[in-house]
Amino acid sequence: MNTTSLLVFDGLLLFSIVCLAWASLATTDERRSVILFMAFGLVLAVAWGRLLAPDVALAEAAIGAGLSGALLLAAVRKQSPGSSRTHANTDRNYSGSGAKVALQWLITLLCAALAGTLAWALLHALSSAPHDTLPRAISDNLVASGVSNPVTAVLLNFRAYDTLLELAVLLTAVLGIFALGQTTPGYQPAGPVFDGLVRWLVPVLILTAGYLLWVGAHAPGGAFQAGATLAAAGVVLRLAGRSRIGLPDGFMLRIIMAAGVGVFLLVGLTLLLLGRPFLGYPPAWAGALILLIETAAMLSIAATLLLAFVGGQPQSAGVNAAANRQHEENSRC
Amino acid sequence: MLTAQVLYGLTACVIVALGLRGALLHASLLQRVVAINVMGAGVFMLLIAVAYRGPGLPPDPLPHALVLTGIVVAVSATALALALARRLHAEQDND
Repeated sequence: MNTTSLLVFDGLLLFSIVCLAWASLATTDERRSVILFMAFGLVLAVAWGRLLAPDVALAEAAIGAGLSGALLLAAVRKQSPGSSRTHANTDRNYSGSGAKVALQWLITLLCAALAGTLAWALLHALSSAPHDTLPRAISDNLVASGVSNPVTAVLLNFRAYDTLLELAVLLTAVLGIFALGQTTPGYQPAGPVFDGLVRWLVPVLILTAGYLLWVGAHAPGGAFQAGATLAAAGVVLRLAGRSRIGLPDGFMLRIIMAAGVGVFLLVGLTLLLLGRPFLGYPPAWAGALILLIETAAMLSIAATLLLAFVGGQPQSAGVNAAANRQHEENSRC
Repeated sequence: MLTAQVLYGLTACVIVALGLRGALLHASLLQRVVAINVMGAGVFMLLIAVAYRGPGLPPDPLPHALVLTGIVVAVSATALALALARRLHAEQDND
């Protein structure tokens, strides 16, 4: 592609990104705002592809646009329909009195000043000579990392601490959600067309998750994208009104939730006992250990995201489940 | 200095400011969560723009890994914020 057409493409892409962000924040209708935000996320995934970041593009499409959008839409649905559709009082509040208009302008000006400062810092950083010590260190040590995808190597080997702590953040978030309340009511059982689609879609999603996990070692993919795809399978099942969405009951669920952090720590501590640094894999074993950690992380991430969508701790074997099981049996006949 | 880096980087600055303004000015808690997510997307864009090294050259994988971590942390923070907002609405309805 020549330079001019690439520049036109960049211009159009960035224009639509800014417009979608603006439109998503300018409206006072929550549902419209969330749907525009999902569109924003998808166009953003195209931009990541343009900037040669396919790993991030996959994660943005699956998590940023997909699951965040599902969570936000579910939150719009949960609020009572009368009060939440529009927050008409927002604008009226601010346009009502002079002081509030002045405050609004002050905030806008300060935000513009922030954008200016950021832009100045960025241009300053870009105009100085590029520091390529870290990228060079990564490519020099890639052979010893156990994987050939540099992003996976950074996430699971060179900066494994970050990923361990990230899994801890996920676990903390889901424990917070458990503490805050009950699960939201399920969805109506799906009609025959959607139900037929679900039967095809869910196995394909599970297969895709397995593929993404495996391929992450040498191509774009990995535990995050795989976990999000696996969680999407559960979200589809829940939207179809199923009571069993692939989450195990009780104790087993807790084990899966903690598996990511647990296996990570176990590997790190075992290596310490063997006289190596914490999470300093021996190069011969690195590939296998990374796959082991990523498998556990994928299950934890999928369970966490799905529990976040469900909105709380699932009750085991309630009356609801029995009724829904009956429905599943009926639809199977 | 690459044109793409500058273009995407400056757009990222605009998106961060837009998101912050939305987070400060919206009355609806849900829209504040959306606004914070938009702001996060701006930060991710800044990092990915800095990581870009031009066509044909491999980009810097370190910012990519940071953004991947950031996306997952952002979605878990969003889920927790939404659960807090839901509980808050439930408490207000009870009063």
